[in-house]
Amino acid sequence: MTAPPASARSSLRRSYDGVVACLPVTIPYRRYSVNGAQWWVGRALHDLIKGAGLRPKDIDGLSVSSFTMAPDSAIGLTQHYGLSPRWLDNVPLGGASAVVALRRAARAVQAGDADLVACVAGDTNHVDSFRKTLAHFSRFAQDAVYPYGAGGANASFALIAKNYMNTFGARREDFGKLCVAQRANALNFPHALMKSPLTLDAYMAARPIADPIHLFDCVMPCAGAEAFLVCREDTARSLGLPGVRVLATIERHHAFPDDPVQIRGGWAVDVDELWAMAGVTPDAVDFVETYDDYPVISMMQFEDLGFCAKGEGPDFVRAHSFTNDGDFPHNTSGGQLSVGQAGAAGGYLGLVEAMRQLTGTALGNPLAHADIGLVSGFGMINYDRGLSSCAAVLARPS
Amino acid sequence: MTTPLIKPPRKDPLARTRLPLLPPAARSRTAHGLTAAAAEGRFALQVCQDCAAVVYPPRDACPSCLSARLPFRDVDPRGKLTVETTVRVSPEPYFRERVPWRVGLVKLDVGPMVVAHLHGDTREGEVVCLALKLDRSGAPVMLALPEKDTPHMADDPILRELTCDPKFRRILITDGRNAVGQAMAKAFADAGASAIFVGIADPWKPFAGEAALKAIAGVEIVPLDLTDSASVDKLAAQNGGRIDIVVNTAEHVRPGGVIGGDGVTVAREAMELRYLGLMRLAQAFGPGLRMRGADGVNSSAAFVNLLSVHALANWPAYGVYSAAEAACLSLAQSLRAELRPGGVKVLNVFAGPLETEWFQTVPPPKVAPAALAKAVVGALRQGIEDVYVGDVAQDIRARLDINPKALERELGE
Repeated sequence: MTAPPASARSSLRRSYDGVVACLPVTIPYRRYSVNGAQWWVGRALHDLIKGAGLRPKDIDGLSVSSFTMAPDSAIGLTQHYGLSPRWLDNVPLGGASAVVALRRAARAVQAGDADLVACVAGDTNHVDSFRKTLAHFSRFAQDAVYPYGAGGANASFALIAKNYMNTFGARREDFGKLCVAQRANALNFPHALMKSPLTLDAYMAARPIADPIHLFDCVMPCAGAEAFLVCREDTARSLGLPGVRVLATIERHHAFPDDPVQIRGGWAVDVDELWAMAGVTPDAVDFVETYDDYPVISMMQFEDLGFCAKGEGPDFVRAHSFTNDGDFPHNTSGGQLSVGQAGAAGGYLGLVEAMRQLTGTALGNPLAHADIGLVSGFGMINYDRGLSSCAAVLARPS
Repeated sequence: MTTPLIKPPRKDPLARTRLPLLPPAARSRTAHGLTAAAAEGRFALQVCQDCAAVVYPPRDACPSCLSARLPFRDVDPRGKLTVETTVRVSPEPYFRERVPWRVGLVKLDVGPMVVAHLHGDTREGEVVCLALKLDRSGAPVMLALPEKDTPHMADDPILRELTCDPKFRRILITDGRNAVGQAMAKAFADAGASAIFVGIADPWKPFAGEAALKAIAGVEIVPLDLTDSASVDKLAAQNGGRIDIVVNTAEHVRPGGVIGGDGVTVAREAMELRYLGLMRLAQAFGPGLRMRGADGVNSSAAFVNLLSVHALANWPAYGVYSAAEAACLSLAQSLRAELRPGGVKVLNVFAGPLETEWFQTVPPPKVAPAALAKAVVGALRQGIEDVYVGDVAQDIRARLDINPKALERELGE
């Protein structure tokens, strides 16, 4: 028996009608923190409960993402925080954590397994903890990547970026355009760690990290936490919270294993299903939040999510402007490249920002139009490529 | 083309010696299949016994058919360097002081994509040949070499970091009175060693080959008696800080088994020279070697044990001798772990009977001292940990793999 084609499967999927995401929470990032991940996750939960006017025992679902909470997993946190959920999830998917947490939580709420799911991601960054995370990120990384210069994600993405440049003619200037636009978006975003303007000249002149990756292609590891609540639309209304609607989501892991070097992510497998389920076309979205640890991955997302064809990413970037007042607003809070990468919370950054734009509560520059937004996630360089990809199409409250 | 090394100048005695740092050593248990291959200079990957897929990184289940039958097998090391980068910033202290460091993705002809260190003469888009090497941590790593040898390629900084090339290094040969020690001195001189200290116990006693030994460029005779702790300590105090490779050529070969013969006298002599001698040598020179693992072009590099292959399986015709050799092997395993923090390798050289006086009655094939010396230099240039020299050693190695009990019986016949 063979699996049905994706086009056949999509018709089987139920909509997320009646479920919303609400109450975006951010605990301001810090370059280094003396506190543990449990402190950061705890602060986010605190703000979530306080913002909703709830008590801890009202939370009956919990989804946690963190790289640095060892030796704890999600279960240990229930006792730590005095929660007694009837639905518990651990989403160790890095940059794919937020969308994956959202889609699982939405189904749990829809099915009645939980009423109020707190989705939270938090990580600390002690001095030297980033090196230790790199060294033990995965078995394949430990055995077959980290011993080779220990360049971490910088070196792995350098190989992917160089291959993409060789294959599709992207130039450093194209990557730089995205970075410069994101920095412009970040200048009014209060939580951004990078607060000074970036010019293309400064981008081009930055010191090399792992050719062709230079300083401003890299995210800054930091400590921070992000959270949101998933519940029924009527629950949100009764709590007085504007709820962002979920039009469609996709998730895919380890797609295209036969590509010698990664030139696309799993979005390309499921993109038709995403837009079919959402009932809109790519040109209907008002803004896009990509997972941006390295601009080459943002470029791949433009291609794989249907904004242009494979290989046209560089031309697409040259033809658009990506600031919040531009014709293709992208990473509207500045993205991880300007805000910082707080471990798994980095995966939440785009989703939380999209929720704020769609509910008119942007902390930085609000968009003129924000009815529909696309959030995509990417994560987990296990060996030579990122394994997890996901995306969600979100809409402003009805 | 690789820039040839220049002979390092005499070290400033007031300068601080840079302490050795190590590259990341952690590996999964399965990945130590690569360690086993690298230790012998073979290129082996997992090959699925059910579907023939070649698998990398090391796995516990085949990604094509989920079979758990994934033995390491020698495979074709050729491939294409698909894309490369130069790491210029690294959080690991070892690499931090060695950047820029080139790494790349090599698509092997047999299938897998491999992250590898790159020799300086490799180029993106070109054919390369992968080798499995033991890095300074003793952990297995992939190195992409140019398809064909290039001028001075051994002088490439990354390759030299992964090997123990004698060029410009200073050698201690512990016994120059025997044919093996003399052949070793000649081979190291030919390999470009910058100084060769050759130990002689009771130097006033003349010995065969003395004139030829002293005529070898770079050779300096030093008094050394491995059965005398004071003698070993004195030499280490004088020369320990400028010896990069120790080669223990002391030998004590006597026929005879456990029962009859000379009782414990021969055994005690053998243990005194071979086992306790090795221990004295390691105790005197080990600390210096371990301190100087990152001391420039002529950093300390290796401790070489010449062992009988019968250290692995006793040969009752030379039973007491075999047992002493086995004791030395066991000690060498401990020494290997103790020198690893300095990035210094222990090379165990297993040979069958040598073409020397004490094996006079043993039929061929036997190993000529010059062949043994050549094998040692070759193994150091490769950076391997275990080498089996000659037909007898290879034969015993193979039979041990197949059926050690059969070997035990047959050696006693």
